[in-house]
Formats: sequence, structure tokens, C-alpha cells
Amino acid sequence: MPAFFSELIAILSRAIASGMPFLYGSTGETLTEKSGHLNLGIPGIMCVGASSGCVAIAAYAGSVGGLENGNPFLCLLLSVLASVSGGVLMGLIYCFLTVTLRANQNVTGLALTTFGTGVSTYMISKVENADFVPANKFFTYSVRNAVGHNAFTDSWFGELFLSYGFMIYLAIIIAVIAAYVLKKTRIGLNLRAVGENPATADAAGVNVSRYKYVFTCIGSGIAALGGLCYIMDNLNGNWEYSISEIGWLSIALVIFTLWRPNLGILGSVVFGALRILGNSNFIRGVDKSILQMLPYLVTILVLVVVSMRNRRENQPPAHLGQNYFREER
Amino acid sequence: MKDAAALQKREKGEPLFHITKRAEIVWWKAWLIRLAAIAASLIVCAVISLLLGDINPFSFFGSMLNGAFGTARRCWNLFYELAILLSISLAVTPAFKMRFWNIGAEGQALIGGLATAACMYYFGGRIPTPLLFVVMIAASILAGMIWAVIPAVFKAFWNTNETLFTLMMNYVAIQLVTFMINFWVTSGSGTLPPMSAYALPTVGNAWILNILVVALLTVAVYIYLRFSKHGYELSVVGESENTALYVGINVKKVIIRTMLLSGALCGVTGLLLVGGTDHTISTSTVGGRGFTAIMVSWLGRFNPLFMVLTSFLLAFLKAGANQVSNDYKMNGSISDIITAVILFFVIGCEFFIQYRIAFRKHGKEEK
Repeated sequence: MPAFFSELIAILSRAIASGMPFLYGSTGETLTEKSGHLNLGIPGIMCVGASSGCVAIAAYAGSVGGLENGNPFLCLLLSVLASVSGGVLMGLIYCFLTVTLRANQNVTGLALTTFGTGVSTYMISKVENADFVPANKFFTYSVRNAVGHNAFTDSWFGELFLSYGFMIYLAIIIAVIAAYVLKKTRIGLNLRAVGENPATADAAGVNVSRYKYVFTCIGSGIAALGGLCYIMDNLNGNWEYSISEIGWLSIALVIFTLWRPNLGILGSVVFGALRILGNSNFIRGVDKSILQMLPYLVTILVLVVVSMRNRRENQPPAHLGQNYFREER
Repeated sequence: MKDAAALQKREKGEPLFHITKRAEIVWWKAWLIRLAAIAASLIVCAVISLLLGDINPFSFFGSMLNGAFGTARRCWNLFYELAILLSISLAVTPAFKMRFWNIGAEGQALIGGLATAACMYYFGGRIPTPLLFVVMIAASILAGMIWAVIPAVFKAFWNTNETLFTLMMNYVAIQLVTFMINFWVTSGSGTLPPMSAYALPTVGNAWILNILVVALLTVAVYIYLRFSKHGYELSVVGESENTALYVGINVKKVIIRTMLLSGALCGVTGLLLVGGTDHTISTSTVGGRGFTAIMVSWLGRFNPLFMVLTSFLLAFLKAGANQVSNDYKMNGSISDIITAVILFFVIGCEFFIQYRIAFRKHGKEEK
């Protein structure tokens, strides 16, 4: 295998791994936006998702007297569940304010981001960081680790498909399920109706508030996993305060992929590639900041082109950002 | 008998309460609701700080007040923070009143600051200082306008979603600042040393000039929104675009014009931040105030005079909460949590101002 090819494969595989936090975030935000709510609290939700997952690991490690005595599956399960429930709780705060109290979505979302950042900083300051790093090997335990290195698992196929921890696969599975639900099921149809025109959906007998609540909370739960994936998989369990950046990029990715979780799989790999290029010295002579600007520029470009072409299936949900009050038509 | 049973049955099916939109609310009632919300939020905050940091509620409030008003310097800082926050809020308000969700104030102000810094860097010492000030003012306003008008043009002609567009523009601006700093500072330290020799003149102390400028802007924006034809047109566009079209308002023109104004005001904020106080630029020069301004403007009901109060509230919260986290070694987390909780309450209470909750009436006999 030529050296160039193997280097390309290595970069691609890293791009896939570092793109998946975006995929969690954008799948979650897409579900939320399809219900007509622009949740700018995603960065905060991802912070909370990461910190509650980490705290669960630390708590588990504490209860069994060190991770080496613990059951890896239980540890992962607890961590993922804690992360999702952290996200869902944040989603509930957002829903209560925007759906029930019909507060302005942008303002609520931004306040939620502030809240999430604070909560996660507090949670992390209360536990020993030392427990996360050993837990990382559970998170990144791949097929290749399981069967050992051999000619097959070290080939390009193994590198591209078998070298990841479970959270990478989970992101793709969730995105595929979300795409299927949105496009092919009655629930998805109703959800899209709620986002496009809640009054019509209401008249058709869809419980608008319930859809908004359920999908915003599910979306927040999924997005929360993105934070956990970023810390435990991409950063090898080292806590960093850069999660909110991932959150903003996830919101960008929703637009970039035209509100389609299946396109999101490809889009997230592109974002992941741009991110590792921005952080590596692979391209010389170009300033890092220009590379880091690219995801946003590309997103703007997509937004502009989509609005110019004005194809109905590519538009944002028509009632995105507007709250629904039945008596106000 | 039968009727009563039917009525009872129907009553069971009715929800416990229902919500109706209030036609109007007396102003003091609205403010009473807001004050009640703030009071409730402070109680919740005291409970939170008791639980999280084992902080006695009285020393908690004492610490907050101390952080905001403890020394003369802190008072000045509070008013300076108020002024800067207010000036960005003033910038976004005309756009919000037009229902153009400009959440790109952070970027627009940052670009204004970058333009100011660029003028200081390139022209400082090469042209007479008064001329430099003119160039700085012009450049910052122009930069802010450019950053704001791009999304506005796309919104006006192709109805591009402005919330998402302006949000993305923030991060482009932030990366652009990083790029320019790396370009100017070859040592690789990543920080531009202050160019205090070319700073805007100070009046009295370092804060007064900024505060005066913002006070003038507040009055100007109030008059613009309340009494000018432009102000009227943009509020018509905000209320109903169809009405605006019907009465012959050129909606595209209004959108672009208003965003030019919004960007120009953000540029002024950048000028004040970089030329007036920091004398240098970094990605955190605006420091999230562009986002906080959205809350200030919205909570102040897009009225510049109320916004003085809401920006005071947020500046106070920031100073007070910082002091709390300093006093109790809470690494800044408590200040974010407190600020957010108070915001949740204040945001949520608007519901009770706009809507009335009518409970199901019990024991109402057949009629």
C-alpha cells in the first residue's frame, strides 16, 4: 500500500472519529428544529452531557473501589445513561420555558448555554479527573482491540471501519434511525407538520405541545451524548473547556446538512476533517484560524445557496423559532 | 338533574385552567410581576448556593452587593459594564423590533474593534492623532456595517434565515481576529500588546467617556425608534410584513437600512472597547456581551429606557456573581449558574405578563 494512501486512510479515520460529536449534536438539534424550536442551548447541553457522564464514571469508580475492579459494560451504561438524562433535564428546562411559557427561544437557549457551562464546570470541579482517563479505554475499546492486530484489522478496511469505540457507531446508528423516523414514519410526518405549521397540525389532531416536548427532550439527550463522545473518545478522557465550540459547530452542521440526519453522517466527517486539519500541521503555510473558519463559511454558503434556490424540501422548518399559541392565528 | 349530570361531565372534560392572551396590562402590574420573578429567583439562587457551596444566604447577598458596589472602583466598573452592554443592546434593538433576529452582535462588535485595532496598528504615529481618531471611528462603524449588512441583504432578497446567518458570522469574525493577531504578532505569543499611545482621549477617568457616549446613544436610539419615520417603518415591518407592503413601505430597504444602523452601533461598541479601554484586541474582547445584549434588549421590551434597567440588572449580576465565586473559590461556575437561573425566571415571567391564566370555575350552577 503506498504511503500516501495509508496516510489518507489514517486521516479519514481520525476525521470520522472527531466528526461524531458533531453528528450527535446535529442529529439532536435537527429533531428539535423539526419541531419548530431553535435550541441555542445545545452547547450548554453538550457540556452537561459530558460532565454528567464523567461524574457517573467517577461515582461508579468510587462505589466499586477503582475502575479496575468494575465491570466495563456497567460503567459505560451508567455513563451513557447519566449523560442522556443530564441532556433531557436541560431539554425539559428549555421546553418548559419555550413551549409552556412561550418564552423567546433565542433568549432561552442562550441562557441555557450559560447555565449548562456553569453546571458542568461545577460538576467537574467536584470529582477526581483521574477516573476519566482510565475509563477512556472502555470507551475506545474497538473491534481491533477485541480480536487483536492482524493483517485484516490493520488493513485499510480495519482502519476505517473497525478501529473505533462504540460511541462512534452509536452516533451513526442514531442518525440513521432519526432519518428513518423523520422521513418514513407517521410520527416523523406529524413532527415535520408541527415544525412547518403547528396550527394545521393542531387542527389535524396532533398534540403540538407533546411533540415539541418529546422531540426537544430526545434531541437534547442525543446532543448530550456528543459532549460525552468528545471528552471520552476524542480527547481520551481529558477534560477540556472547549465543548461549547463543538456545540456551535453542531448547530452549523444542521444547516450544512439541510436538516437531514443521514446527510449529517457525511457532513460530520467533513467537519471532523476540517477540525483535525485545523489542529494539525498537515497543511503548511495556511494559518490555522483560516481552516477553523471554513466550517462556518461553508455553512453560510450552504444557507445562502439553499435560500436562493428556494427548493421547498431544503428550507428550514417554516415555523422555526416561533412559538405556538393556539388562540393566536 | 340530567342537565346537571351533563354539565358535570362536561366540566370534567374541561382542563383545570386555560390560557388567554391579555389585551393590555397596567404597567405597574407588569413590573410587579417582574419584581416578583426577580425576588423568587434570588431565593432560588440563595438555595442553590447553599446546596452547592454551603454558602449562607445572607453572606451570599452581601457578597453580591459587595462585588457590585463595594469600592468606588467596583462602582465605576459596574457602570462601565452597564454602558458597554447597553450600547450593544441598543445596536440590536432596531433589528429586533423589525423581528430580524440579529444574534451576530458579538461578531459585529468584534469586527468594529478589529478595524479600530488595525487603524491603531497601521496609522498610529504615522498620521496626526486627531485624524487617527476620525479614521478609527469611520473604520469601526464601516466594519460593523459591512458585517451586519451581508446577512441583511440575503434576508431582504432571498429570505435567508438571519438567525443562523448572523450566528455563523460571529465565529467567522472570531477566527478573523485570531488570524489578524497571528499576522501582526510574529513572536507567536498570540496577544497584541496594548497600543495605549493611540487610545481615545479619556475624560476624568478611564470609564467616563464610554459612559457618556452610550448615554447619548441611548437617547438618540430612543428618539429614532419612537419619533422618527424610520422607527415607525421598522416597527410596522416587525408587526406585519404584509401590512408594510400594503401601505407602501419598501420592506427590503427597511431591512437593509436597519441592519446598517445596527451594525454601525455595534461598530461603535467595538471602538469603545478597543480604542477606549482595552487598547488591544483579542477574541474575548467582546466577551459574550453580544449574546447577553440579546437578553437585555428582549427583557427591556425593545425600549431603550427600560434597557438601561435590564442592562443594570445583568451588569450587577455579572459583578456580584463574580465576587461570589471569588469569595467562595467556586471557579466561576456559580456565577454562570446564578446568572442563568435569574434569567430563566425573568424570561419565564414574561408569560404571566402576556397571558392570563383562567382557572376552571367550580360550582357554577346550570345556566
